[in-house]
Amino acid sequence: MSNIFFEVLRPGINTTFQDGGRFHMQHFGVTPGGCMDIESFLIANALVGNSSNEGVIEFAYQGPLLKLIKGKTKISITGNVLFQIKKLNEEAIKGQCYRTYNLDEGDQLDILATKQSAYGYMALEGGFDLKYFCKSVSILDRAEIGSNDGKKIKTNDKINIKRNRNEKKNFRTNFSNTNRDTIRVLKGPQFDSFAKDSQKDFFSKNYKISNLTDRMGMRLEGSIIKNIVSTNIRSEGITKGAIQVPADGQPIILLTDYPTIGGYPKIANVISADYNLLIQKTPGEKIFFKLIELREAEQLYKEHLNNISKTIKNIKEIN
Amino acid sequence: MFKKLNNIGDCGIVCDFGDEVSRSINTSVIKLFYYIKKEVSEGNLDGVLNYTPSYNKLIINFDLGKINSSKIKDFLNSVDFSKLKTSQNSKKWTIPICYDFEMDLTNMSKTLKIDKDKIIDIHLNTNFFIYMVGFIPGHPFMGDLDSKLFLNRLKTPRVKIPAGSVGIVEKFCNIYSYESPGGWNIIGRTPTKLFNKKDESNPCLLSPGDSVKFKSVSKKEFEKLNNE
Repeated sequence: MSNIFFEVLRPGINTTFQDGGRFHMQHFGVTPGGCMDIESFLIANALVGNSSNEGVIEFAYQGPLLKLIKGKTKISITGNVLFQIKKLNEEAIKGQCYRTYNLDEGDQLDILATKQSAYGYMALEGGFDLKYFCKSVSILDRAEIGSNDGKKIKTNDKINIKRNRNEKKNFRTNFSNTNRDTIRVLKGPQFDSFAKDSQKDFFSKNYKISNLTDRMGMRLEGSIIKNIVSTNIRSEGITKGAIQVPADGQPIILLTDYPTIGGYPKIANVISADYNLLIQKTPGEKIFFKLIELREAEQLYKEHLNNISKTIKNIKEIN
Repeated sequence: MFKKLNNIGDCGIVCDFGDEVSRSINTSVIKLFYYIKKEVSEGNLDGVLNYTPSYNKLIINFDLGKINSSKIKDFLNSVDFSKLKTSQNSKKWTIPICYDFEMDLTNMSKTLKIDKDKIIDIHLNTNFFIYMVGFIPGHPFMGDLDSKLFLNRLKTPRVKIPAGSVGIVEKFCNIYSYESPGGWNIIGRTPTKLFNKKDESNPCLLSPGDSVKFKSVSKKEFEKLNNE
Protein backbone atom coordinates (compact mmCIF):
# COMPACT_ATOMS: atom_id res chain seq x y z
CA MET A 1 0.00 0.00 0.00
CA SER A 2 1.46 3.34 -1.02
CA ASN A 3 1.31 6.33 1.22
CA ILE A 4 0.67 8.85 -1.53
CA PHE A 5 -2.81 10.22 -1.83
CA PHE A 6 -5.22 13.00 -2.71
CA GLU A 7 -8.02 14.16 -0.51
CA VAL A 8 -11.27 15.15 -2.19
CA LEU A 9 -12.25 18.67 -1.08
CA ARG A 10 -15.09 18.90 -3.61
CA PRO A 11 -16.24 15.92 -5.67
CA GLY A 12 -17.84 17.66 -8.67
CA ILE A 13 -21.11 16.57 -10.21
CA ASN A 14 -20.47 13.12 -11.62
CA THR A 15 -16.88 12.14 -10.88
CA THR A 16 -15.97 8.47 -11.28
CA PHE A 17 -13.05 6.14 -11.89
CA GLN A 18 -13.15 4.66 -15.38
CA ASP A 19 -11.01 2.79 -17.88
CA GLY A 20 -11.61 1.16 -21.26
CA GLY A 21 -14.54 -0.86 -19.89
CA ARG A 22 -15.46 -4.33 -18.73
CA PHE A 23 -16.07 -6.95 -21.38
CA HIS A 24 -17.28 -10.57 -21.67
CA MET A 25 -19.92 -9.79 -18.99
CA GLN A 26 -22.92 -8.52 -20.93
CA HIS A 27 -24.65 -11.93 -20.73
CA PHE A 28 -24.67 -11.50 -16.92
CA GLY A 29 -26.44 -8.17 -17.33
CA VAL A 30 -23.23 -6.20 -16.74
CA THR A 31 -22.83 -3.36 -19.21
CA PRO A 32 -19.31 -2.67 -20.57
CA GLY A 33 -19.24 0.87 -19.18
CA GLY A 34 -15.85 2.60 -19.21
CA CYS A 35 -14.92 6.12 -20.26
CA MET A 36 -17.57 7.96 -22.24
CA ASP A 37 -14.91 9.63 -24.42
CA ILE A 38 -12.34 6.94 -25.19
CA GLU A 39 -10.23 9.30 -27.29
CA SER A 40 -9.65 11.77 -24.43
CA PHE A 41 -9.01 8.82 -22.09
CA LEU A 42 -6.29 7.33 -24.32
CA ILE A 43 -4.53 10.66 -24.82
CA ALA A 44 -4.64 11.47 -21.08
CA ASN A 45 -2.87 8.20 -20.26
CA ALA A 46 -0.33 8.55 -23.08
CA LEU A 47 0.67 12.04 -21.88
CA VAL A 48 1.74 10.72 -18.47
CA GLY A 49 3.40 7.62 -19.96
CA ASN A 50 0.82 5.11 -18.75
CA SER A 51 -0.34 1.97 -20.48
CA SER A 52 -3.46 2.61 -22.53
CA ASN A 53 -5.98 1.00 -20.16
CA GLU A 54 -4.88 2.59 -16.86
CA GLY A 55 -7.79 3.90 -14.76
CA VAL A 56 -8.47 7.66 -14.85
CA ILE A 57 -10.88 10.09 -13.24
CA GLU A 58 -13.83 11.08 -15.43
CA PHE A 59 -15.82 14.18 -14.55
CA ALA A 60 -18.84 15.86 -16.11
CA TYR A 61 -19.57 19.62 -16.22
CA GLN A 62 -17.95 20.44 -12.88
CA GLY A 63 -14.84 18.52 -11.86
CA PRO A 64 -13.34 17.79 -8.46
CA LEU A 65 -11.10 19.88 -6.21
CA LEU A 66 -8.28 17.60 -5.07
CA LYS A 67 -5.50 18.23 -2.59
CA LEU A 68 -2.30 16.20 -2.77
CA ILE A 69 -1.77 15.39 0.90
CA LYS A 70 1.29 13.15 0.56
CA GLY A 71 3.83 12.51 -2.19
CA LYS A 72 4.46 13.96 -5.64
CA THR A 73 2.86 13.13 -8.92
CA LYS A 74 2.34 14.17 -12.52
CA ILE A 75 -1.08 14.74 -14.06
CA SER A 76 -2.68 15.39 -17.42
CA ILE A 77 -6.13 16.76 -18.17
CA THR A 78 -7.89 16.16 -21.49
CA GLY A 79 -11.14 17.29 -23.00
CA ASN A 80 -12.10 20.95 -23.07
CA VAL A 81 -11.60 21.82 -19.44
CA LEU A 82 -11.09 24.93 -17.32
CA PHE A 83 -8.79 24.16 -14.38
CA GLN A 84 -6.09 25.62 -12.19
CA ILE A 85 -3.32 24.39 -9.94
CA LYS A 86 -2.87 26.13 -6.62
CA LYS A 87 0.67 25.66 -5.36
CA LEU A 88 1.40 25.54 -1.66
CA ASN A 89 3.03 29.01 -1.95
CA GLU A 90 -0.36 30.43 -3.09
CA GLU A 91 0.81 30.70 -6.69
CA ALA A 92 -2.05 29.81 -9.05
CA ILE A 93 -1.27 28.26 -12.42
CA LYS A 94 -3.94 28.44 -15.11
CA GLY A 95 -4.21 24.94 -16.54
CA GLN A 96 -3.94 23.91 -20.17
CA CYS A 97 -5.39 20.66 -21.45
CA TYR A 98 -3.24 18.18 -23.38
CA ARG A 99 -0.11 18.84 -21.34
CA THR A 100 1.26 17.48 -18.08
CA TYR A 101 1.90 19.21 -14.76
CA ASN A 102 3.97 18.17 -11.77
CA LEU A 103 2.13 18.30 -8.46
CA ASP A 104 3.93 18.42 -5.13
CA GLU A 105 2.78 17.80 -1.60
CA GLY A 106 0.12 20.33 -0.57
CA ASP A 107 -0.79 21.38 -4.12
CA GLN A 108 -4.43 21.62 -5.07
CA LEU A 109 -5.91 20.74 -8.43
CA ASP A 110 -9.14 22.61 -9.03
CA ILE A 111 -11.07 21.32 -12.03
CA LEU A 112 -13.64 24.07 -12.43
CA ALA A 113 -15.71 23.16 -15.48
CA THR A 114 -15.90 21.55 -18.88
CA LYS A 115 -16.32 24.19 -21.59
CA GLN A 116 -18.98 23.60 -24.28
CA SER A 117 -18.61 19.89 -23.62
CA ALA A 118 -19.74 17.28 -21.11
CA TYR A 119 -16.79 15.09 -20.07
CA GLY A 120 -13.18 15.63 -19.07
CA TYR A 121 -10.41 13.29 -17.91
CA MET A 122 -7.57 13.33 -15.45
CA ALA A 123 -4.75 10.79 -15.67
CA LEU A 124 -1.85 10.36 -13.30
CA GLU A 125 1.68 9.04 -13.90
CA GLY A 126 1.71 5.42 -12.68
CA GLY A 127 -2.03 5.44 -12.07
CA PHE A 128 -4.50 5.44 -9.19
CA ASP A 129 -4.40 2.56 -6.73
CA LEU A 130 -7.79 0.99 -7.44
CA LYS A 131 -9.62 -2.27 -6.99
CA TYR A 132 -10.59 -4.24 -10.07
CA PHE A 133 -13.79 -6.12 -10.76
CA CYS A 134 -13.53 -8.41 -13.78
CA LYS A 135 -10.40 -6.70 -15.09
CA SER A 136 -11.79 -3.18 -14.96
CA VAL A 137 -11.91 -0.34 -12.43
CA SER A 138 -14.93 1.28 -14.11
CA ILE A 139 -17.82 1.79 -11.77
CA LEU A 140 -21.46 0.99 -12.38
CA ASP A 141 -23.24 2.77 -9.56
CA ARG A 142 -26.64 1.07 -10.06
CA ALA A 143 -25.09 -2.25 -8.99
CA GLU A 144 -22.19 -0.81 -6.96
CA ILE A 145 -19.71 -2.63 -9.17
CA GLY A 146 -16.08 -1.62 -9.67
CA SER A 147 -13.48 0.41 -7.79
CA ASN A 148 -14.37 2.69 -4.86
CA ASP A 149 -17.14 0.18 -3.94
CA GLY A 150 -18.84 1.11 -7.20
CA LYS A 151 -19.56 4.63 -6.02
CA LYS A 152 -18.97 8.10 -7.37
CA ILE A 153 -16.18 10.10 -5.72
CA LYS A 154 -17.41 12.13 -2.74
CA THR A 155 -16.08 14.78 -0.35
CA ASN A 156 -13.35 13.58 2.05
CA ASP A 157 -12.61 10.47 -0.02
CA LYS A 158 -8.96 9.47 0.02
CA ILE A 159 -7.63 8.68 -3.45
CA ASN A 160 -4.53 6.52 -3.32
CA ILE A 161 -1.82 6.77 -5.94
CA LYS A 162 0.33 3.77 -6.91
CA ARG A 163 3.71 5.50 -6.74
CA ASN A 164 5.59 8.78 -6.65
CA ARG A 165 6.48 10.40 -9.97
CA ASN A 166 9.64 9.20 -11.71
CA GLU A 167 9.65 11.61 -14.61
CA LYS A 168 10.50 15.25 -13.91
CA LYS A 169 10.00 16.49 -17.48
CA ASN A 170 6.63 17.64 -18.74
CA PHE A 171 4.99 16.82 -22.05
CA ARG A 172 2.37 18.20 -24.39
CA THR A 173 0.59 17.42 -27.62
CA ASN A 174 -1.59 19.30 -30.09
CA PHE A 175 -5.25 18.63 -30.11
CA SER A 176 -8.12 20.68 -31.39
CA ASN A 177 -11.63 19.86 -30.26
CA THR A 178 -13.86 19.42 -33.28
CA ASN A 179 -17.46 20.42 -33.20
CA ARG A 180 -20.07 19.67 -35.80
CA ASP A 181 -23.78 19.15 -35.45
CA THR A 182 -24.09 16.20 -37.85
CA ILE A 183 -23.92 12.74 -36.32
CA ARG A 184 -23.52 9.90 -38.79
CA VAL A 185 -25.57 6.75 -38.29
CA LEU A 186 -26.33 3.36 -39.81
CA LYS A 187 -29.85 1.99 -40.21
CA GLY A 188 -31.08 0.23 -37.07
CA PRO A 189 -32.44 -3.33 -37.02
CA GLN A 190 -36.06 -2.12 -36.88
CA PHE A 191 -35.67 0.78 -39.34
CA ASP A 192 -38.58 -0.51 -41.44
CA SER A 193 -40.95 -0.40 -38.44
CA PHE A 194 -41.13 3.37 -38.81
CA ALA A 195 -43.36 5.38 -41.16
CA LYS A 196 -41.70 6.66 -44.36
CA ASP A 197 -42.45 10.29 -43.41
CA SER A 198 -40.89 9.74 -39.99
CA GLN A 199 -37.76 8.23 -41.54
CA LYS A 200 -37.50 11.33 -43.72
CA ASP A 201 -37.99 13.64 -40.70
CA PHE A 202 -35.38 11.74 -38.74
CA PHE A 203 -32.72 12.50 -41.35
CA SER A 204 -33.75 16.06 -42.17
CA LYS A 205 -34.97 17.76 -38.99
CA ASN A 206 -32.90 18.60 -35.96
CA TYR A 207 -33.16 16.96 -32.54
CA LYS A 208 -32.49 18.78 -29.30
CA ILE A 209 -30.54 17.06 -26.53
CA SER A 210 -32.72 17.11 -23.39
CA ASN A 211 -31.72 17.52 -19.76
CA LEU A 212 -32.57 13.86 -19.21
CA THR A 213 -29.17 12.73 -20.36
CA ASP A 214 -26.61 10.74 -18.41
CA ARG A 215 -24.05 7.96 -18.86
CA MET A 216 -26.86 5.52 -19.68
CA GLY A 217 -28.74 7.42 -22.33
CA MET A 218 -29.38 10.67 -24.16
CA ARG A 219 -33.00 11.69 -24.60
CA LEU A 220 -33.82 13.79 -27.64
CA GLU A 221 -36.68 16.17 -28.40
CA GLY A 222 -37.90 16.79 -31.91
CA SER A 223 -40.11 15.45 -34.68
CA ILE A 224 -42.20 12.50 -33.50
CA ILE A 225 -41.11 9.21 -35.06
CA LYS A 226 -44.18 7.13 -35.87
CA ASN A 227 -44.01 3.38 -35.51
CA ILE A 228 -46.27 1.50 -37.94
CA VAL A 229 -45.50 -2.03 -36.74
CA SER A 230 -45.13 -2.30 -32.94
CA THR A 231 -43.79 0.04 -30.27
CA ASN A 232 -42.45 -2.94 -28.31
CA ILE A 233 -40.26 -5.72 -29.64
CA ARG A 234 -39.00 -8.91 -28.05
CA SER A 235 -36.26 -7.70 -25.71
CA GLU A 236 -32.85 -8.15 -27.31
CA GLY A 237 -29.18 -7.35 -26.69
CA ILE A 238 -28.11 -3.72 -27.02
CA THR A 239 -25.14 -1.99 -28.63
CA LYS A 240 -23.60 1.33 -27.66
CA GLY A 241 -25.04 4.17 -29.73
CA ALA A 242 -28.33 2.39 -30.54
CA ILE A 243 -31.13 4.92 -31.13
CA GLN A 244 -34.37 3.48 -29.79
CA VAL A 245 -37.80 4.99 -30.15
CA PRO A 246 -40.37 4.26 -27.41
CA ALA A 247 -44.12 4.71 -27.83
CA ASP A 248 -43.97 8.52 -27.38
CA GLY A 249 -41.92 8.81 -30.60
CA GLN A 250 -38.99 10.70 -29.04
CA PRO A 251 -35.64 8.99 -29.69
CA ILE A 252 -33.26 7.92 -26.94
CA ILE A 253 -29.61 7.20 -27.76
CA LEU A 254 -28.20 4.45 -25.56
CA LEU A 255 -24.79 5.41 -24.23
CA THR A 256 -21.84 3.70 -22.49
CA ASP A 257 -23.74 2.47 -19.38
CA TYR A 258 -26.64 1.08 -21.47
CA PRO A 259 -29.02 -1.56 -20.08
CA THR A 260 -27.75 -4.83 -21.61
CA ILE A 261 -31.15 -5.87 -22.96
CA GLY A 262 -33.93 -3.65 -24.26
CA GLY A 263 -37.35 -3.94 -25.82
CA TYR A 264 -37.82 -0.80 -27.90
CA PRO A 265 -37.39 -0.74 -31.67
CA LYS A 266 -34.22 0.91 -32.94
CA ILE A 267 -34.29 3.25 -35.91
CA ALA A 268 -30.54 3.79 -36.22
CA ASN A 269 -27.14 3.35 -34.60
CA VAL A 270 -24.49 6.04 -34.17
CA ILE A 271 -21.24 5.08 -35.95
CA SER A 272 -18.23 4.40 -33.72
CA ALA A 273 -16.21 7.24 -35.30
CA ASP A 274 -18.81 9.84 -34.21
CA TYR A 275 -19.56 8.52 -30.72
CA ASN A 276 -17.05 10.75 -28.86
CA LEU A 277 -18.36 13.79 -30.70
CA LEU A 278 -21.93 12.90 -29.70
CA ILE A 279 -21.36 12.34 -26.00
CA GLN A 280 -19.47 15.62 -25.61
CA LYS A 281 -22.62 17.52 -26.64
CA THR A 282 -24.59 19.19 -23.86
CA PRO A 283 -28.33 19.56 -23.16
CA GLY A 284 -29.91 22.21 -25.37
CA GLU A 285 -27.61 21.55 -28.33
CA LYS A 286 -29.20 20.49 -31.59
CA ILE A 287 -28.02 17.64 -33.75
CA PHE A 288 -28.82 16.23 -37.20
CA PHE A 289 -28.54 12.60 -38.23
CA LYS A 290 -26.96 11.58 -41.51
CA LEU A 291 -27.39 8.08 -42.90
CA ILE A 292 -24.26 6.38 -44.26
CA GLU A 293 -23.30 2.83 -45.24
CA LEU A 294 -21.36 0.27 -43.21
CA ARG A 295 -18.24 0.40 -45.42
CA GLU A 296 -17.94 4.14 -44.92
CA ALA A 297 -18.45 3.79 -41.14
CA GLU A 298 -15.64 1.24 -41.00
CA GLN A 299 -13.34 3.51 -43.02
CA LEU A 300 -14.19 6.51 -40.81
CA TYR A 301 -13.37 4.51 -37.69
CA LYS A 302 -9.92 3.63 -39.14
CA GLU A 303 -9.29 7.33 -39.73
CA HIS A 304 -10.52 8.10 -36.21
CA LEU A 305 -8.03 5.61 -34.72
CA ASN A 306 -5.26 7.00 -36.94
CA ASN A 307 -5.95 10.50 -35.66
CA ILE A 308 -5.69 9.32 -32.06
CA SER A 309 -2.37 7.58 -32.86
CA LYS A 310 -1.07 10.76 -34.50
CA THR A 311 -1.94 12.87 -31.45
CA ILE A 312 -0.14 10.35 -29.25
CA LYS A 313 2.92 10.19 -31.56
CA ASN A 314 3.11 13.98 -31.44
CA ILE A 315 3.59 14.07 -27.68
CA LYS A 316 6.70 16.20 -27.10
CA GLU A 317 8.76 17.26 -24.16
CA ILE A 318 8.17 20.81 -22.95
CA ASN A 319 11.41 22.76 -22.77
CA MET B 1 -29.66 -22.64 -36.65
CA PHE B 2 -30.15 -18.90 -37.04
CA LYS B 3 -32.46 -17.64 -39.79
CA LYS B 4 -30.50 -14.50 -40.68
CA LEU B 5 -27.57 -12.31 -39.72
CA ASN B 6 -27.94 -8.53 -39.50
CA ASN B 7 -25.64 -5.68 -38.61
CA ILE B 8 -26.37 -3.60 -35.55
CA GLY B 9 -24.20 -0.50 -35.75
CA ASP B 10 -20.67 -0.91 -37.14
CA CYS B 11 -19.48 -3.13 -34.27
CA GLY B 12 -22.36 -5.54 -33.71
CA ILE B 13 -23.99 -8.55 -35.39
CA VAL B 14 -27.44 -9.94 -34.61
CA CYS B 15 -28.02 -13.67 -35.10
CA ASP B 16 -31.77 -13.90 -35.52
CA PHE B 17 -33.35 -17.31 -34.80
CA GLY B 18 -36.93 -16.35 -35.74
CA ASP B 19 -39.81 -14.38 -34.27
CA GLU B 20 -41.20 -16.87 -31.76
CA VAL B 21 -40.37 -17.12 -28.08
CA SER B 22 -40.11 -20.83 -27.37
CA ARG B 23 -37.89 -23.02 -25.27
CA SER B 24 -36.54 -24.84 -28.32
CA ILE B 25 -35.54 -21.62 -30.13
CA ASN B 26 -34.03 -20.26 -26.93
CA THR B 27 -32.06 -23.48 -26.46
CA SER B 28 -30.46 -23.01 -29.91
CA VAL B 29 -29.55 -19.43 -28.98
CA ILE B 30 -27.93 -20.64 -25.75
CA LYS B 31 -25.99 -23.37 -27.57
CA LEU B 32 -24.47 -20.84 -29.96
CA PHE B 33 -23.78 -18.54 -27.02
CA TYR B 34 -21.76 -21.21 -25.19
CA TYR B 35 -19.89 -22.09 -28.36
CA ILE B 36 -18.86 -18.47 -28.99
CA LYS B 37 -17.94 -17.99 -25.35
CA LYS B 38 -15.65 -21.03 -25.60
CA GLU B 39 -14.09 -19.89 -28.89
CA VAL B 40 -13.38 -16.45 -27.37
CA SER B 41 -11.84 -17.92 -24.21
CA GLU B 42 -9.60 -20.15 -26.33
CA GLY B 43 -8.38 -17.09 -28.22
CA ASN B 44 -9.99 -18.00 -31.56
CA LEU B 45 -12.06 -14.83 -31.92
CA ASP B 46 -9.78 -11.94 -31.08
CA GLY B 47 -11.69 -8.66 -30.90
CA VAL B 48 -15.05 -10.13 -29.85
CA LEU B 49 -16.07 -8.28 -26.68
CA ASN B 50 -19.56 -9.46 -25.75
CA TYR B 51 -22.11 -12.12 -26.76
CA THR B 52 -25.57 -11.51 -25.36
CA PRO B 53 -28.31 -14.11 -25.73
CA SER B 54 -31.96 -13.04 -25.56
CA TYR B 55 -35.21 -14.98 -26.20
CA ASN B 56 -34.61 -15.53 -29.89
CA LYS B 57 -31.43 -13.64 -30.75
CA LEU B 58 -27.73 -13.54 -30.02
CA ILE B 59 -25.96 -10.20 -30.32
CA ILE B 60 -22.20 -10.14 -30.78
CA ASN B 61 -20.30 -6.93 -30.01
CA PHE B 62 -16.76 -6.49 -31.23
CA ASP B 63 -13.84 -4.07 -31.31
CA LEU B 64 -13.89 -2.55 -34.78
CA GLY B 65 -10.17 -1.80 -34.44
CA LYS B 66 -9.48 -5.56 -34.40
CA ILE B 67 -12.17 -7.36 -36.39
CA ASN B 68 -15.11 -6.41 -38.61
CA SER B 69 -18.61 -7.60 -39.31
CA SER B 70 -17.81 -9.54 -42.48
CA LYS B 71 -15.23 -11.67 -40.63
CA ILE B 72 -17.73 -12.38 -37.84
CA LYS B 73 -20.40 -13.29 -40.39
CA ASP B 74 -17.98 -15.69 -42.11
CA PHE B 75 -17.25 -17.30 -38.76
CA LEU B 76 -20.96 -17.64 -37.89
CA ASN B 77 -21.79 -19.10 -41.29
CA SER B 78 -19.16 -21.77 -40.76
CA VAL B 79 -20.60 -22.99 -37.43
CA ASP B 80 -21.84 -26.58 -37.58
CA PHE B 81 -25.02 -26.39 -35.48
CA SER B 82 -25.47 -30.15 -35.37
CA LYS B 83 -22.33 -30.35 -33.19
CA LEU B 84 -23.22 -27.66 -30.64
CA LYS B 85 -23.96 -28.64 -27.08
CA THR B 86 -25.17 -26.78 -24.03
CA SER B 87 -22.02 -26.83 -21.95
CA GLN B 88 -23.81 -26.37 -18.64
CA ASN B 89 -26.08 -28.61 -16.68
CA SER B 90 -29.23 -26.64 -16.05
CA LYS B 91 -30.08 -26.21 -12.39
CA LYS B 92 -33.37 -26.26 -10.49
CA TRP B 93 -33.94 -23.43 -8.02
CA THR B 94 -36.48 -22.72 -5.30
CA ILE B 95 -36.75 -18.99 -4.68
CA PRO B 96 -38.58 -17.61 -1.63
CA ILE B 97 -41.14 -14.90 -2.29
CA CYS B 98 -43.19 -12.79 0.11
CA TYR B 99 -46.44 -11.73 -1.54
CA ASP B 100 -47.06 -9.07 1.16
CA PHE B 101 -44.75 -6.78 -0.83
CA GLU B 102 -47.05 -6.79 -3.89
CA MET B 103 -47.90 -3.45 -5.51
CA ASP B 104 -50.32 -4.44 -8.25
CA LEU B 105 -52.30 -7.53 -7.14
CA THR B 106 -55.51 -5.56 -6.52
CA ASN B 107 -55.49 -4.02 -9.99
CA MET B 108 -54.45 -7.29 -11.56
CA SER B 109 -57.28 -9.09 -9.82
CA LYS B 110 -59.76 -6.55 -11.22
CA THR B 111 -58.36 -6.65 -14.76
CA LEU B 112 -58.07 -10.44 -14.89
CA LYS B 113 -61.23 -11.11 -12.85
CA ILE B 114 -59.32 -13.65 -10.78
CA ASP B 115 -58.99 -13.63 -6.97
CA LYS B 116 -55.64 -12.48 -5.56
CA ASP B 117 -55.16 -15.86 -3.88
CA LYS B 118 -55.77 -17.66 -7.16
CA ILE B 119 -53.20 -15.44 -8.94
CA ILE B 120 -50.67 -16.32 -6.22
CA ASP B 121 -51.61 -19.97 -6.49
CA ILE B 122 -51.01 -20.04 -10.26
CA HIS B 123 -47.70 -18.22 -9.81
CA LEU B 124 -46.54 -20.65 -7.11
CA ASN B 125 -47.42 -23.64 -9.24
CA THR B 126 -45.58 -22.47 -12.34
CA ASN B 127 -42.31 -24.15 -13.18
CA PHE B 128 -40.39 -21.26 -14.73
CA PHE B 129 -37.74 -21.59 -17.43
CA ILE B 130 -35.03 -18.91 -17.58
CA TYR B 131 -34.79 -17.53 -21.11
CA MET B 132 -32.16 -14.88 -20.47
CA VAL B 133 -30.37 -12.70 -17.93
CA GLY B 134 -29.82 -9.00 -18.39
CA PHE B 135 -31.07 -5.42 -18.45
CA ILE B 136 -29.39 -4.93 -15.06
CA PRO B 137 -26.85 -7.34 -13.47
CA GLY B 138 -28.33 -10.74 -12.58
CA HIS B 139 -31.89 -9.90 -13.69
CA PRO B 140 -33.69 -13.02 -15.09
CA PHE B 141 -36.47 -13.15 -17.72
CA MET B 142 -38.52 -16.29 -17.05
CA GLY B 143 -41.51 -18.05 -18.60
CA ASP B 144 -44.07 -19.41 -19.13
CA LEU B 145 -47.06 -18.20 -17.15
CA ASP B 146 -50.54 -19.57 -17.66
CA SER B 147 -52.34 -17.47 -20.30
CA LYS B 148 -55.00 -16.64 -17.65
CA LEU B 149 -52.46 -14.26 -16.07
CA PHE B 150 -51.38 -12.44 -19.26
CA LEU B 151 -51.08 -8.69 -18.61
CA ASN B 152 -49.45 -5.74 -20.35
CA ARG B 153 -46.78 -3.49 -18.88
CA LEU B 154 -47.99 -0.65 -16.65
CA LYS B 155 -49.06 2.36 -18.73
CA THR B 156 -46.66 4.56 -16.78
CA PRO B 157 -43.55 2.73 -15.60
CA ARG B 158 -42.49 3.30 -11.99
CA VAL B 159 -39.39 5.41 -11.43
CA LYS B 160 -38.15 3.16 -8.62
CA ILE B 161 -38.85 -0.48 -7.92
CA PRO B 162 -37.18 -1.97 -4.83
CA ALA B 163 -34.50 -4.63 -5.28
CA GLY B 164 -35.91 -8.17 -5.13
CA SER B 165 -39.34 -7.21 -6.55
CA VAL B 166 -40.97 -9.95 -8.62
CA GLY B 167 -43.00 -8.80 -11.62
CA ILE B 168 -45.07 -10.25 -14.40
CA VAL B 169 -45.87 -9.15 -17.97
CA GLU B 170 -47.53 -11.34 -20.62
CA LYS B 171 -46.21 -14.88 -20.11
CA PHE B 172 -43.05 -13.66 -18.39
CA CYS B 173 -41.89 -13.24 -14.81
CA ASN B 174 -38.83 -11.22 -13.70
CA ILE B 175 -36.94 -10.39 -10.53
CA TYR B 176 -35.49 -6.88 -10.18
CA SER B 177 -32.00 -7.72 -8.92
CA TYR B 178 -31.33 -4.07 -8.04
CA GLU B 179 -33.50 -1.03 -7.42
CA SER B 180 -34.47 0.11 -10.87
CA PRO B 181 -37.13 1.88 -12.90
CA GLY B 182 -39.60 -0.55 -14.48
CA GLY B 183 -43.06 -1.22 -15.85
CA TRP B 184 -43.84 -4.79 -14.72
CA ASN B 185 -46.79 -5.71 -12.47
CA ILE B 186 -45.28 -6.31 -9.03
CA ILE B 187 -46.68 -9.31 -7.14
CA GLY B 188 -44.11 -9.80 -4.35
CA ARG B 189 -40.49 -9.62 -3.31
CA THR B 190 -37.67 -12.11 -2.76
CA PRO B 191 -34.82 -11.78 -0.24
CA THR B 192 -32.55 -13.86 -2.51
CA LYS B 193 -29.54 -11.96 -3.88
CA LEU B 194 -29.13 -12.64 -7.58
CA PHE B 195 -25.72 -11.09 -8.22
CA ASN B 196 -22.57 -11.83 -6.22
CA LYS B 197 -19.70 -9.43 -6.94
CA LYS B 198 -17.27 -11.69 -5.09
CA ASP B 199 -17.56 -14.39 -7.74
CA GLU B 200 -15.97 -12.79 -10.78
CA SER B 201 -16.21 -15.82 -13.07
CA ASN B 202 -19.86 -16.58 -12.40
CA PRO B 203 -21.52 -13.74 -10.46
CA CYS B 204 -25.13 -14.60 -11.41
CA LEU B 205 -27.14 -17.04 -9.32
CA LEU B 206 -29.44 -17.86 -12.23
CA SER B 207 -28.42 -18.82 -15.77
CA PRO B 208 -30.40 -19.23 -18.99
CA GLY B 209 -31.78 -22.77 -19.19
CA ASP B 210 -32.20 -23.10 -15.39
CA SER B 211 -35.65 -23.59 -13.90
CA VAL B 212 -37.24 -21.77 -10.97
CA LYS B 213 -40.15 -22.47 -8.63
CA PHE B 214 -41.27 -19.90 -6.07
CA LYS B 215 -41.96 -20.72 -2.42
CA SER B 216 -44.19 -18.44 -0.38
CA VAL B 217 -42.71 -17.02 2.84
CA SER B 218 -44.10 -14.72 5.54
CA LYS B 219 -42.86 -11.18 6.13
CA LYS B 220 -41.02 -12.42 9.21
CA GLU B 221 -39.25 -15.18 7.28
CA PHE B 222 -38.50 -12.64 4.53
CA GLU B 223 -36.79 -10.30 7.02
CA LYS B 224 -34.81 -13.18 8.49
CA LEU B 225 -33.59 -14.39 5.07
CA ASN B 226 -32.93 -10.82 3.97
CA ASN B 227 -30.56 -10.25 6.87
CA GLU B 228 -28.61 -13.45 6.33
